Amino acid sequence: MKGYGKYFLNKLLWLLVTFIFAFILNFTLPRLMPGNPVAGIVARLAQGMSNSNGMAAVYKRYTDLFGTDKPIYVQFLLYVKNVLQGNFGVSFSQYPRTVADILKSSIWWTICLQFPAIIVGWIIGNTLGALAAYLKGGFDKVLMPVSIFVSNFPAFGMAIILLVIFGVDLKWLPTSGGYGFDLIPTFTFTFMWSVIVHYQLPFWSIVLIAIGGQAIGMRSMSIYELNADYVKYSRFLGIKDRKIVGYVFRNAMLPQVTGLALSIGTMVGGALVAEIIFSYPGLGYTLLTAIVGQDYPLISATTMIVTLMVLIANFAIEIIYGFIDPRIKAAQSD
Amino acid sequence: MKHTLRQVFHSPNFVIGFVIFIVLLLMVIIYPLIITNPPLQIIAQGTFFPPGVYVNTFDSINSPATYTLNLDNAAAKRIESKLDNQQRLDMQTWLEADGIPADQIDITNTAQLLDQWTKSYDPNKSFPGMTFAKQRYYQRLDASLKGILSTSGAIIAAQDSQTGVLQQTGVVNQSDYVNISQVANVQVLPLGTDNFGRDVLTELVRATGVSLEIGLVAGVIATLIGLTLGLLGGYVGGLMDDFIMFITNLFTVIPSFVLLILISYSIGQDKRGAFTIAVVIGFTSWVWTARAVRSQVISLRNRDHVNLSKLSGHSVVHIIAADILPYIASYVVMALILQISSGILAEAGLSILGLGPRTTEVPTLGLMMNWAMIYQAEILGKWWAYFPVLVTIALITFSMNLMNTGLDQVFNPALRS
Repeated sequence: MKGYGKYFLNKLLWLLVTFIFAFILNFTLPRLMPGNPVAGIVARLAQGMSNSNGMAAVYKRYTDLFGTDKPIYVQFLLYVKNVLQGNFGVSFSQYPRTVADILKSSIWWTICLQFPAIIVGWIIGNTLGALAAYLKGGFDKVLMPVSIFVSNFPAFGMAIILLVIFGVDLKWLPTSGGYGFDLIPTFTFTFMWSVIVHYQLPFWSIVLIAIGGQAIGMRSMSIYELNADYVKYSRFLGIKDRKIVGYVFRNAMLPQVTGLALSIGTMVGGALVAEIIFSYPGLGYTLLTAIVGQDYPLISATTMIVTLMVLIANFAIEIIYGFIDPRIKAAQSD
Repeated sequence: MKHTLRQVFHSPNFVIGFVIFIVLLLMVIIYPLIITNPPLQIIAQGTFFPPGVYVNTFDSINSPATYTLNLDNAAAKRIESKLDNQQRLDMQTWLEADGIPADQIDITNTAQLLDQWTKSYDPNKSFPGMTFAKQRYYQRLDASLKGILSTSGAIIAAQDSQTGVLQQTGVVNQSDYVNISQVANVQVLPLGTDNFGRDVLTELVRATGVSLEIGLVAGVIATLIGLTLGLLGGYVGGLMDDFIMFITNLFTVIPSFVLLILISYSIGQDKRGAFTIAVVIGFTSWVWTARAVRSQVISLRNRDHVNLSKLSGHSVVHIIAADILPYIASYVVMALILQISSGILAEAGLSILGLGPRTTEVPTLGLMMNWAMIYQAEILGKWWAYFPVLVTIALITFSMNLMNTGLDQVFNPALRS
């Protein structure tokens, strides 16, 4: 277990480093621009406000929170302190709700939507890709162009197409929201059913996109492995075909796991936009409302959370990879 | 070089992708030469006019020659186009209430339906449960049907400038026709108009051009940064490599999408031109190229010809340019193609979020999607506002990936099967 411990620590350290770096970027990028984010937004807020005392109060409130009148390092420390306490400030566009409150209600929608969708897409895609490599012929000839086309399709495009076909034309499934607009979140059957029905379109649009990309990767990996020497040797020894396919699949899987770790950021980004198309009440939609409402604290917190989610997903995949690839253990225990 | 090119053009994948791409490119170049309207000019008063040929009514009436064509089915066609589905259903309801068996009524058969209607309709008849308003509705429907069925023409009148009295200036008979080539104003809108009343096709062609430019700028920037970092890291090695790898690994896991959002938001709406967006996309998407170039350079670094070059006292710049670049050139071209296509997708994603280029100057594919989404074209069934845009995006990325796959098969013999 010593080898794994080292590997685990190494990855954990890397997670921390990347997170700190992302955190700093999240803080600095908006501040690199002329004018501090608060002043601009308070000015905008104040346009509708005739009372100058009220305006001053609003400005003071945000200045206190962000410390915009203090030097940049003090601002940063203040920001760190606030974030550690889970205090992301008050939303500008949904005043007086706090950013933490808004995110708390939207983050689970995104996690419950994207995590299963990406996993399901990954599994189906890999199975199809391996099948295409193994069966060849007609199956491969059909699957490959379709996969290339689908994987090049923007995620929001797939979302729109599914929405138009199944939501608008066939009217099988609802077109927007996370649950019926006439329902209140409760643990009743009606509500749960509504959630499940609303879940389908966003889910499948993300799955379909993921399938395409994964199938292509898995197919070429499998073809490469099928031509490897150990396969020829196994055939020569007379090992059953099924067993060989098992070996091939396991070996071809490994790069696919790494591939998932590397592409998860892009996938989440695409899926966030897909959420917007369905007005799904997750982070993507929150981000859109934040941008439309020029809600700086909300944007900053959302990007922070998305980054954190991607980093953690990445970390989790790396850990799983460590367990399934025996070479890691061998390398670390040297 | 010639041989390589010939080989590349023998790859079916590459050729298909190339042809699609060239067709799109020619469209972008040639279309504005023929139709010179500014792409963002608002021509329609109203939103989402469906695709079709728009004939000026005023010019048709005043056309120099009118022709009389006696066609038997003209009246039937006229009624068919006037009666919408709801009216047909209403007629069916009335007829069924009147006692005609449901299986004898076919609302798609206009002639039969009209025949049954004229035979059995009685304006004074009221059924139990039918409101007075509904009865009046049927009376109006009947009157309008009679109006269509009548054979008298429509009278054109002009107002006398002094007395203000209407005077008949002409009659348009039901059998009057104009030749469309003699009508002064005929506007073809192959893809209708968008939510602002702009010609979608003209806009789309311009948007495709701008998006390709954005993709090209973003791709070139990303490839240049990636190539430079990859070469430095891979060839120079040491501390430089460690540092570059650290940065590269950081940006591999920090989603570029998030960086794009943060930077675009920070730049602010006023300063976000198409070019700025392209530069931002370029600066956030170099990671893959850097990684791949670095690993290729490392495998090349200790080849014999590089060592020989080093022994001959060539400078680092010379070695990189003459002994390493040619080996990775094919890869860099492929990476550039992929970067262009992902740059176009990135712009579209950003624009849908409302962080795309400033909207007043040029359209982009992403902006067109954004406008269509804001005005809910997909829910309203205005397919011409978003579907052609989606198809264009898909065609661009598809063609580029096909070209890439084709190149890969030529330059990467292991993939040939």
